[in-house]
Amino acid sequence: MSIDLIIGILNIVLISTTPLVFAGIGELVTEKSGVLNLGLEGLMLVGAVTGFITLVITGNYFYSLLLSIISGVILSGIFAFLVLNLMTNQIATGLALTIFGIGLSAMLGKKFGGTPIDGLNPYYFIVISFLLVFFIAYFLSKTKTGLIVRAVGENHNSAYALGYNVIKTRYLTIIFGGVMSSLAGYYISICYAPMWQEGMTAGRGWIALALVVFATWRPWRLLVGAYIFGGVAIMQMNLQAIGVKLPGQFFNMMPYLATIIVLVFISSNKLRLKLSAPSSLNIPFEKNQ
Amino acid sequence: MQSIVEFKNIFKSYPGVIANDDVSFNIKEQSIHAILGENGAGKSTLVKILYGHVKPDSGEILIDSDLAIINSPSTAKNLGINMVFQHFSLFESLTVAENLILGMNENISLTKLKDNSKTICDKYGFNLNLNSPISSLSVGQRQSVEIVRSLLNNPKILIMDEPTSVLTPDEISKLFKIIKKLVKDGLTVIFISHKLEEIINLSDYVTIMRNGKVVSTISTQNEDPETLGYKMLGYKVSKAKQISNINFSKDIFNIKNLSTQSKDPFTINLNKIDLNLKKGQIFGIAGVAGNGQKELMEILLNENDYEFSGDIIFKDLNINNLSTFQRKSLSISYVTEERLGHSAVPEMSLSENIFLSMNHKSEFKKGDFINFEKINSYASDVIKNFNVDTPSYNVKAGKLSGGNLQKFIIGREIMSNPELLILSQPTWGIDAGSEAFIKKTIVELSQKGVSIIIISHDLDELLEVCHQISVLYEGSLSNPLNVKDINISKLGKYMGGLFD
Repeated sequence: MSIDLIIGILNIVLISTTPLVFAGIGELVTEKSGVLNLGLEGLMLVGAVTGFITLVITGNYFYSLLLSIISGVILSGIFAFLVLNLMTNQIATGLALTIFGIGLSAMLGKKFGGTPIDGLNPYYFIVISFLLVFFIAYFLSKTKTGLIVRAVGENHNSAYALGYNVIKTRYLTIIFGGVMSSLAGYYISICYAPMWQEGMTAGRGWIALALVVFATWRPWRLLVGAYIFGGVAIMQMNLQAIGVKLPGQFFNMMPYLATIIVLVFISSNKLRLKLSAPSSLNIPFEKNQ
Repeated sequence: MQSIVEFKNIFKSYPGVIANDDVSFNIKEQSIHAILGENGAGKSTLVKILYGHVKPDSGEILIDSDLAIINSPSTAKNLGINMVFQHFSLFESLTVAENLILGMNENISLTKLKDNSKTICDKYGFNLNLNSPISSLSVGQRQSVEIVRSLLNNPKILIMDEPTSVLTPDEISKLFKIIKKLVKDGLTVIFISHKLEEIINLSDYVTIMRNGKVVSTISTQNEDPETLGYKMLGYKVSKAKQISNINFSKDIFNIKNLSTQSKDPFTINLNKIDLNLKKGQIFGIAGVAGNGQKELMEILLNENDYEFSGDIIFKDLNINNLSTFQRKSLSISYVTEERLGHSAVPEMSLSENIFLSMNHKSEFKKGDFINFEKINSYASDVIKNFNVDTPSYNVKAGKLSGGNLQKFIIGREIMSNPELLILSQPTWGIDAGSEAFIKKTIVELSQKGVSIIIISHDLDELLEVCHQISVLYEGSLSNPLNVKDINISKLGKYMGGLFD
C-alpha cells in the first residue's frame, strides 16, 4: 500500500465518522443525566432533511444550519415533555420518535430527492467534533454544572433532596442531545453526501447509541470507539479495492456485527457495566408532593 | 429563648391518609427538639414540609417570627435549614469531595472546600477522606459525610431524620456528643426518632405525634421511657418473654465455613461464617445494616445462584445446591426484608400471594390450574389466626398497612408448618401493636419446637426474643452470646467489629 492510499483511507474515515461523534456525544450527555433517548435516528433524519430543504430554498448555509438545529430542539423538546412531565416510558417514546422522524423526513424530502446542492467543507465539522469531545469531557469531570448532570443521573432523588432541579437539568441535556443529533444529520446531508435520500442516515443513530455503551459513558473512549466503528465501515471499500472477494452485504453488516460483539464483550462483565452506567438511567423521576 | 421555628395549623393529606392534621408547635432557638412518634405518625412528613420537600395543603411556617414560604429544598437551604436524611442522599459513584460540593449553596473552589471541611472535621471530630468514593464507605462514615455537607452551609437549623437507626451503640454516643457541641455553638437541631431512651438522653424538648396529630410538646427533663412510650402509643405494650433456660440438644441447621469472593464493590464478602442452630432455638444475627446481611440472606434463600464456598446443612442434608422451592419443600420458610416486591406482589390479591409462595405444594394445584378454593381457605385461615385487619382475601397486598401485611406474610409462612423459619427485619417499620404480636408469635412458635433465625438491625428486638445472638460485622460472624447472661457493652463492642 502506498502512502497516498493510507492517507486517503484516513481521510475517508475522518469524514465518515464525524456524525457518529456528534450524535454519540449528545446521547452521552443525555444518558449521563439519566435519560435514554432512542430517537437519535429520527432526530438525525429530520435534522438532515430540514437543513437540506432550507438550503435548497434559501441558498443560505446559516439559515439551513439554524433550521436544522431548531428541528432538533423541537423534536427533542417534545420527547423531553413526554418522558419528563408525562412520565411516559423512555424506550417506547424514543422508538416512537425514531419512527416518527423516519416518516416525517421521508414526507418532507419527497420532492427534493435528486436536487443537487453545493456541499459544505466537512473539515470545519471534523474540527468542531474534536473540540466538542474535549469540551464535554472537561465539562462533565471538572465543572459544577457537569457534576450536577452526573449527580442527577446517578440518583435523582438525592439530587432533588439537595435542591437541584432534576426536570430542568434533564430538559437541557435532552435538548443538547437532540441538537447534536440534528447536527449529525445536517452533516450527512450537507457535507458528507451532499444530497438528500430517504433513510440516508442508514442506521448511524443506532450505532451512536451502541457507541455510548461501548465507551462506558466516557467522552474520550467515545471518540476512539467512533473511529473504530467508522473504520470498520470504510474497510468495505478498501478491502474490495485490494481485491478481497467477499459479497458487499458482508461489509454492510460489519459495523452492526462489531457493535454486537462489543456489546456482548462489555455486558459479559456485569460489574464493569454497573460501575460506569448512570444508576438512574431510564428510571422516571417523580416528585413526592 | 426565642422560637426559631413555628408550625401553625399544618395540614397535609395523601389519598386515604391524613399525614399531618392541624399541627402547631414551636421550636426554641439553640435547643435539641425531638419529634417522637410511631412509623406513620406524620413526623417525617412534617420535617419534609419544613425542608420544602413536600408541600402542605394548608398552614404556615414562621422562621424567626417571619412567615416563610418554602417551596423547595433550595429555598429551605437559603433560609438556613439543612437536613440529614434517614436514607442518605449521597451519590454512590461520586467521591466525598464531589458529594460535598453538590451540597453547597454557593460555588467554591476545591481548595477552599478542603479547608472548610477540614476545619469542621477537626472541630467536631469527623474523619473523612475527600477522595474516596461513597461506595467504599461504611454507613457511619456516610452519615458523617451527610452531616459535614450540611454544616458547610452554616445552617441555623439542622433536621436529622432517624439518624441513629443505622449506627452502632458506640457511633450513637459519638454522634450525640457532636450534636450537643453543635447546639452549644448556636445550632438548633430537630431530631426525629421513635426510640424513647435516645430522646430522653439527648433532647431538651419533645413533640409527640400520633396519627398525624400533635399529642403534646413537653420538656424531656422529668420524663421516663415508659410514660413517654404510653404518650406515643396511647396504650401500653407488653413485652414478649423468652424462656431461655431450655436445654437444646438436637442439631437442625448448620452453616460451615461459608465464604464468598465477589469482586463487586457494592457487596460485602462473607468470611468463614459458622452457625449452629438447635431444634426450638431462636438465633439472632445482629449488626448494623450493610455488614453482609443482604448477602447472607441471599445465600440462605438461593434465589440468584450466589457463588460461595462452605456448606449449608439442614437435618444432615447438604442443601448447597438446592433451589428456593426445593428448600421450602424440606420445610424451611423465609420472610424477607422487603415486604412489597419480594415477600408479596403489591398488585396481586392476598390469596394469589399465597399461591406464589406455596407453588411447590401440589395441594394448591388442580393439574395445571390453581386450586382457588384451597388457597382462599388458606388465606382466610391466615387472616383469622394472625389478626390481619383486611375485609377479604381478595384485597391487593399493596393496600395493606405495613404491620398487617407483615402479619399476613409471617402467618402465611408459619401455617405451612416449617421446621426452620428464617426472618429478615421482621418488625421493621411497623406499628407497635403488630410488632408485639409478631414477637409473641415467634416466641410461641419456638416453644413448639420450630427453629428460627432472625436477621435484624434492631438490637432491642433480638434481646427480647432470641436465645442466642451473634453479630455480623463486615462479613464475619461473631461467636454466639447467650441472651440470658448477655453483657450489653460487650455486644456493643462486637457491633463495632471487636471480636476474634
